[in-house]
Amino acid sequence: MASRFRIRVNGRAHTVRAEPDTPLLYVLTNDLELKGPRFGCGLAQCGSCSVLIDGVERRSCVTPIATVENAEITTLEGLTRWFAAKRGLSAVPDLHPVQQAMLDEQAPQCGYCYNGMIIKAAELLEQNGDPSDAEIRAAMNGHLCRCGTYPRIVNAIKRAAQTMRASPEDRE
Amino acid sequence: MSASGDAFGSIGRRAFLKAGGALVVGFAIGVPSAGRAQSTARGATAGPPNPELIDTWLAIHADNTATLYIGYVELGQGTTTALPQIAAEELDLALEQISTAQHDTNVTPNQGGTYSSASIARGGPQVRRAAAEARRVLLELASERLGVPVERLRVENGVVTAEGTNRSVTYGELVGGRLFEVPFTGEARPKSPDQYKLVGKPAPRKDLPAKVAGTYTYIQHLRLPGMLHGRVVRPRGQRAYGAGARVVGVDESSIAHIEGARVLRKGDFLGVVAPNEWAAVRAARELKVSWDDRPSLPPFDRLYETMRADETDDTVVLERGSVAEAFASAAHRVTFSSRCPYQAHATFAPNCALADVKADSALVIAPTQDAYGTRRTLAALLGLPEDKVRVQYCESSGTYGHSCYDDVAQAAALMSQLAGAPVRVQLMRWDEHGWDPYGPAHVGEVQVAADTNGKLVAYEYHGWHHNWSLIETSQQLAEGTEPAEWPFLVSQQVSPQNCGAMYAIENLKLVNHRLRTAKYLRCGWLRSPLDLSLSFTSEQAIDELAYRLGEDPCEFRRRNIADERWLGVLDAAARAASWTPRPARADRNDGPVVRGRGIGLGTHLASWGGAVAEIAVNKQTGHVAIEHLYGAIDAGLVVNPAIVEAQIMGQLVQTASRMLFEEVTFDERGVTSLDWNGYRVIRFEECPEITPVIVQRLDQPYSGAGEEVMAAAAAAIANAFFDATGVRMTEYPFTPRRVLAALSSA
Repeated sequence: MASRFRIRVNGRAHTVRAEPDTPLLYVLTNDLELKGPRFGCGLAQCGSCSVLIDGVERRSCVTPIATVENAEITTLEGLTRWFAAKRGLSAVPDLHPVQQAMLDEQAPQCGYCYNGMIIKAAELLEQNGDPSDAEIRAAMNGHLCRCGTYPRIVNAIKRAAQTMRASPEDRE
Repeated sequence: MSASGDAFGSIGRRAFLKAGGALVVGFAIGVPSAGRAQSTARGATAGPPNPELIDTWLAIHADNTATLYIGYVELGQGTTTALPQIAAEELDLALEQISTAQHDTNVTPNQGGTYSSASIARGGPQVRRAAAEARRVLLELASERLGVPVERLRVENGVVTAEGTNRSVTYGELVGGRLFEVPFTGEARPKSPDQYKLVGKPAPRKDLPAKVAGTYTYIQHLRLPGMLHGRVVRPRGQRAYGAGARVVGVDESSIAHIEGARVLRKGDFLGVVAPNEWAAVRAARELKVSWDDRPSLPPFDRLYETMRADETDDTVVLERGSVAEAFASAAHRVTFSSRCPYQAHATFAPNCALADVKADSALVIAPTQDAYGTRRTLAALLGLPEDKVRVQYCESSGTYGHSCYDDVAQAAALMSQLAGAPVRVQLMRWDEHGWDPYGPAHVGEVQVAADTNGKLVAYEYHGWHHNWSLIETSQQLAEGTEPAEWPFLVSQQVSPQNCGAMYAIENLKLVNHRLRTAKYLRCGWLRSPLDLSLSFTSEQAIDELAYRLGEDPCEFRRRNIADERWLGVLDAAARAASWTPRPARADRNDGPVVRGRGIGLGTHLASWGGAVAEIAVNKQTGHVAIEHLYGAIDAGLVVNPAIVEAQIMGQLVQTASRMLFEEVTFDERGVTSLDWNGYRVIRFEECPEITPVIVQRLDQPYSGAGEEVMAAAAAAIANAFFDATGVRMTEYPFTPRRVLAALSSA
């Protein structure tokens, strides 16, 4: 039986009607019309659908809507807002430093996996501001890229880490 | 509009829905602010438009920007940057001033499919010619307007200035928003390479800002008004191509509890639709179907024996000299045989398509590599004339060849026809992995010989594999179509480019042993078709000969190459890897982990590829780590070196994945590798360091760079394994089990 669920996504409250076992991904893409999280496997194997739930990277393709009612959900669309809040920035930047670095490195090819890559890397850099190559690879290992752009993703994450270390936190 | 991929995004999803559906998408694609009327006219009739008209290729807008209409599609390989680069060069526009329209059979020309690394190699000259013709007309118009002869006009960023004056006019002022209505004259002369300002230089990809921002529209994001969500219902994992999948019974009541879900059936083609996507997913999962489950495939562990013993159609692909005599009298001979697996496209996103099929017309949006080809098969399937079917391209994830995009386009069309409503079909992970037209398995046997001076004198290659499948799964199931094969093209044969032709060998014979496709798995072109298998076999034999002669494998190859292009990539790869001459096995290291290096050559039909691999093998666990791959491509004139470097990186990483991990598995009842656990691909922690090298040849024609170093890299990895261990791998992927077996039997 479909029920009503109240969820909070990118700082906004939404009420959606869904079966309780509906994966969050389908609600985000169909009801909220978001383009960040996307279907890749439906099995939590590839990372295409990643979102942050209370700041932790989760696979929305296997997360039932009924389990996230009181959570703070952040998708790629809300990542800069989340980042600005985390860092106490006075303004929300156009791109997260990880996104800017992916662009600077010209990393994506088809780009489909980059939702998950960016979400996971943003999570990593909040926990570890200066990760080694090995730490980056270990953190990212659950995210697949079929085009084979891993080397540039690693470079981009290092570049973003450097940017984030260089820019002092802009606390009001 | 900043990039082609922004086309859907720029009008926004709501506008798209309100505007009444996908026909709107047609004229919204590539519409600049001032060119709407012109572009509406473009979408009104079925293509292909006349390729001899400037308007087919190019529109100049009032704001002095341009839209390039190309028949090639963005697959993440940079086509929508590099082709505009060629056009901008001829027109003296800045790259930012020119964007591309999405491929659409009512709008864009038919340049053939986006495969065989063709976009630049075949599409580049067409675009260059069209842009040069447009420039000729624009300069004539400017000459009239400014009252000075064409020879005294200079163009920069689409602004035409009369030399020595301050009088100028923009392209936009000359023709903005209007059609050229001028055919090609053949009189326009493209620039010579020494005049190039944009071509041959790196430029950032036009599609990347939207792709990193998360605003890019992939086909998975598209919705049609009033559409239903559809899923195909098939056995998990394909059977033999000829066996299809036979429905014995369907219990429709098994999904009666799912709101709005319906079963659609035509022959053995089964699908479900529902207004809600999750309901469609559940209905596909819960629908009770019994399938004819008879065994149809050869036993997995006897695949290669079955292939080798099977009935074949044999073709001598190339023969020169007399190999029999040359082998009989040669001083040194090596024979080598290989077994190479079926491998999957395994697109990162399962394919998706949308269709709105009406009684007398159809619109299908699909991530096809060949919209006109897809239109042809859809028209036949739907019983409509071709000009009543419109196919629009929208990007999915990378496809690397003929994945399930035609299959899903047909599934969406059939389901829309059956449902009487627009339908979006998203394949599930197991559909894509299980019903992919795989890259064919291969058995290779090669013999090579050298004289006492180490000169190659004889070469003979025999290859066993089967053709690609012509009939898509959806059509086959719906209509019971007989399992026909693709026309027997060069990409399905033992290819000289990977089998000996890079060396100067007087006596050479290549024989193709073609198996009957229906008994085996469904197959299609997978990036660098057959090439990895061929070079894995051929280049190990060459390497072994060098080893037996006590020679450095690079030096041995160099001495036997007469062609400067092959020599160029061999040297470029060796130089990048700081290759120092020594025979294989000369640096033996002991202990549980041994290291080695290898070199290899190979390509895909055109262009030239050379690679070096550095690997480590753990002799106790059988674990192979590819530590560094160096890959060099000579693709003639490289339009955008930054994009080609990215292509080389992708090829090398994918080759590492295919050599170490990738293998389609099956039992007699069907394919069993149905997801990323069953079909392993390379991950971050296994990814080698990558060094891409471009051998730039400004004076040579473009020749393709999307798949031309994979064969070389496959061979280099295999040869590095021998250097490390003294054992030749005859099968890939190099899984720990296979490695341990090879080491223990040596």
